[in-house]
Amino acid sequence: MSVQSEPVQTFTPGEFHRQAHDALGNPQIRSNFRKAMDGLMAKRRDVFSDWDLEVLRDLGANIRMRALAKLPDLLEQLEANCQANGIRVHWAEDGDEACRIVGEICEARGAKAVIKGKSMVSEEMHLNEHLEAAGIEALESDLGEYLVQLNRQTPSHIIMPAIHLNTDEIADIMHDKTGIERTRDADAMTAAARLQLRKRFMNADVGVSGVNFAVAETGTLCLVENEGNGRMTTTVPPVHIAVTGIEKVVEHLRDVPPLYALLTRSATGQHVTTYFNMIGSPRKPGEHDGPEEVHLVLVDNGRSRIYQDDELLDTLRCIRCGACMNHCPVYTRVGGHTYGTTYPGPIGSILMPHIMGLEATKDLPTASSLCGACGEVCPVKIPIPDLLVRLRKESVGEGRGNVAGAGTKRSKKEAAAWKAFQWLATHPFVWRVGTSVAGKLRALTPSRLGVWTDYRTAPKPAGTTLHALVKRHQANKTHGEDR
Amino acid sequence: MTPVKCYPSKPEKVYFFGTCLIDMFYPEAGLDAIRLLEREGIEVIFPEDQTCCGQPAHTSGYQSQCRAVALAQLDLFPDPWPIVVPSGSCGGMMSTHYPHLFAGTEHEARAKDVAGRVFELTEFLVHVCHLKLDDRGEPQKLAMHTSCSARREMGLAETGPALLAQLGQVELVEQARTAECCGFGGTFAVRHPEVSAAMVEDKTQAIEAAGAEHFVTSDCGCLMNIAGRFDHRKASVKGEHIASYLWRRTS
Repeated sequence: MSVQSEPVQTFTPGEFHRQAHDALGNPQIRSNFRKAMDGLMAKRRDVFSDWDLEVLRDLGANIRMRALAKLPDLLEQLEANCQANGIRVHWAEDGDEACRIVGEICEARGAKAVIKGKSMVSEEMHLNEHLEAAGIEALESDLGEYLVQLNRQTPSHIIMPAIHLNTDEIADIMHDKTGIERTRDADAMTAAARLQLRKRFMNADVGVSGVNFAVAETGTLCLVENEGNGRMTTTVPPVHIAVTGIEKVVEHLRDVPPLYALLTRSATGQHVTTYFNMIGSPRKPGEHDGPEEVHLVLVDNGRSRIYQDDELLDTLRCIRCGACMNHCPVYTRVGGHTYGTTYPGPIGSILMPHIMGLEATKDLPTASSLCGACGEVCPVKIPIPDLLVRLRKESVGEGRGNVAGAGTKRSKKEAAAWKAFQWLATHPFVWRVGTSVAGKLRALTPSRLGVWTDYRTAPKPAGTTLHALVKRHQANKTHGEDR
Repeated sequence: MTPVKCYPSKPEKVYFFGTCLIDMFYPEAGLDAIRLLEREGIEVIFPEDQTCCGQPAHTSGYQSQCRAVALAQLDLFPDPWPIVVPSGSCGGMMSTHYPHLFAGTEHEARAKDVAGRVFELTEFLVHVCHLKLDDRGEPQKLAMHTSCSARREMGLAETGPALLAQLGQVELVEQARTAECCGFGGTFAVRHPEVSAAMVEDKTQAIEAAGAEHFVTSDCGCLMNIAGRFDHRKASVKGEHIASYLWRRTS
């Protein structure tokens, strides 16, 4: 069994429209996502039904805002406390540097096999490709990630990476790629994967995990998971490397329970996860297990640039629950791969432009009807729709100009159209004459209006404007003729 | 959390901001809204110089164009009367975004004043007029689509259905995924036409599957989208603005 035989299926944000077209035309993808998202939304609704959710969301938002307000100090405190605990701390300005750091730690240990717990930051860094290029095998141990890796794909959801696959497709992957007897029985397949992975845990030289909350006051790394693979990854191999974005720090240990309560309920509708790991230090003298070395790699990768803008800063509150994608009517229909980015859906559309630049991601901020469902469910109250609008402004050069690729979506034609709109809407007399004439000429209105009329009939001006109707109505009233 | 809003007692006069879509495409809905208000003994002032709230430019990122258009609307409401808007999306634009749009400018105070006086039509009819309705229409199964802006930005998921519930002959049917967007989203429908089409297709199917013979919305963007889709596939379900529906059945 090898997981490195074929090239990884790639998607790119530059091809959003084509990828959306393909996904919309794929009944399997449509139904897999629809069913999964309906289920997740119902679970979340049920699990919060006996909570005062707004109070909890306010608390979550405030904890995250407080942590961000003190971020530079908290990061220093985290570093000092981790080091005091025996955890070695590394700083990486971007994904490449983070990969290099992980690679060097592996090299120093002569590592050939790395086992990975689920980590979206490692996806963001493209760590697997980097390690593979260095001749080190990186194997995903989260079941969903394992399936996606076997299938030479990338995650389609940040919490449920294989949510785009249904049972039949998973049965095919397990049979074709791991050689087990074909079965549709989820328990049997899970048991088979567990056996396969168990051997790999034992042989791994290094375990790489993510971090959900890094506690500054204690130097503790918290890891939330359901499969036990996180615990195995962080305790079995002799070296554990935790990679995380710099924004994941919280101030106090007491900040963790509210965020954890929000995270599991918002993500999967669980009251608690099966495992909650608190990593405090490497193996101490006299202890029988645990890694000999623990490293923490703190990855910036565009985050400190986001941090400098008082509005965009809210992006960094995210605790990566995925509720925004579960509730997004666009994500639900096109799926995660369509976005072509590590983080898909609404959070991806406000985060990825900072990582990849607005030119490469120009269709993401507009890939939302601004329905507000994402903002409504966000456990830390990130104003996602407002941030989408902010990035739309930046795209067309109407913002503060501090996002990479600002202004690259501005077209002379569109800018001229909005200037014309402005002129009309600020000249009321012309507006009245124009709308009235448009009404008179309604017979001439084209019955085809570009893409709109591929699916809908064209709206026709009414013939008389409200301005005119109101005038007539008022005149009638004066003469007592109105009904 | 939707902030607690204190509603005024029924005023002598209101301003009516008709919205550009109603002005051009659904003027009867605007007039019916005015009639509903007048029937409650309220004098309706229709500032003649109103054009558009500026939202299309706002959601497209054209901030300066939006601000210029919004500024022109700020001048229309000099007296302290409430401003009634028959649309959650334009109402949301004015009540939520105008203050941000003019923050730190000389117009900030005026923008805040206008924002604080904006009421969506069904909100105003329920919470300020305490409207009582006497249904004179035939029995009908009806679906309501509350716009996302009314539902989430303005926190008004209940006011439309509350009015319809007073119509004795009307059975308000519940669609699957009632709270889901119809896919209009202003320029979204043009920028991402295929995704928008998939959304409106699901919305029309949900309305049909609920057994509705007719549907109403409180936003003409959604109306244009959903009714346009029904019409395109020659379905029998028709739609209209809730103001027209209420006026027709009770006048």
